[in-house]
Amino acid sequence: MTNLNLENRLALAKDLVAALENNDEARAEQLCDELAGIRESSLYQEIGYLTRQLHDTMNSFSADSTFTDIAENEIPDAKERLQYVITMTEQAANQTLTVVEDLMPVSQELHQQAHNLAENWQRFLIKKMPFDEFKDMSQELTEHFKYSVGAVEQIQKGLNEVLMAQGFQDITGQIIRKVINLVQSLEENMVEIIKVSGNKNHLEKNSKQQDLPGPVVPKVDDRNNDVATSQDDVDDLLSSLGF
Amino acid sequence: MKILVVDDFSTMRRIVKNLLKDLGFTNTVEADDGKTALPILQAGGIDFLVTDWNMPGMTGIDLLKAVRADPNLVNLPVLMVTAEAKRDQIVMAAQAGVNGYVIKPFTAATLKEKIEKIFERIDA
Repeated sequence: MTNLNLENRLALAKDLVAALENNDEARAEQLCDELAGIRESSLYQEIGYLTRQLHDTMNSFSADSTFTDIAENEIPDAKERLQYVITMTEQAANQTLTVVEDLMPVSQELHQQAHNLAENWQRFLIKKMPFDEFKDMSQELTEHFKYSVGAVEQIQKGLNEVLMAQGFQDITGQIIRKVINLVQSLEENMVEIIKVSGNKNHLEKNSKQQDLPGPVVPKVDDRNNDVATSQDDVDDLLSSLGF
Repeated sequence: MKILVVDDFSTMRRIVKNLLKDLGFTNTVEADDGKTALPILQAGGIDFLVTDWNMPGMTGIDLLKAVRADPNLVNLPVLMVTAEAKRDQIVMAAQAGVNGYVIKPFTAATLKEKIEKIFERIDA
């Protein structure tokens, strides 16, 4: 309340006392109304001030692009990103399981053949094998060598596939890190709101560091057509640069 | 032939190391970002550098620039293996003097092809 306001009220109060002493009911009533009026108008002023502050705060939030960007783009993008993490981990798991399922019978067959041959070989070494059986064993040995070469090649290839399938951990790790950063900046923004509504009318500019774009999540990061979506894309771009 | 593999994800380092082994390169060392890689490179003896881009501490692109700025390392062949796929970034890496660029996820065949290509060009 201003000094003027105070003097005004003091004057009105003195008048009111005088009116009451003089038993002037009508005058006293009128002065009471006037006093209440001053009180109300300063209340309205206070409400007006708070309303403006709220309005400014809301405005500064919508002007703070990081906040609107989080709400409008990054949250929906984060859902797509996490969805992509599920897709990638599922792919890697299936890829690995398929290899294991394919190779299990191969390794069992290898084991069985080697086991049988080893037994027969022992009998041959202690000279307990008739010649006819030896001929059979020779045939089995030839077949076993042929089979093992192919089987081991197949196992080698499968192991390589399992190795490559583990690449998902790096890619999904990077994507999840991105979402964690988003959650963190969301948290910081929420804290700002609480600070502001706690009457500290001070909005710190969000100092979010510029992140690298990271793994391309389909339908999220390739919208602007400014990413290479395959190794062929990369090769074409590089060869256009004289590589 | 001694190869330095730089990536902040240990799984990816293992994958690259195993692929290199499969290609006949058994002598590899590892680092988890540019900051730890640079002293290893400066100590000498590394013939080939395979690096990721996005790493804490020092990124792969900064490592590449540091390598090209060092008179002892200026000719070191560098292959970038990264998930960074923005065209601007690929151009940036090319301008910084990268010898090959592979985007993740990649296949064993792609890595093999790019490495062979780099060595062909060096031998030529």
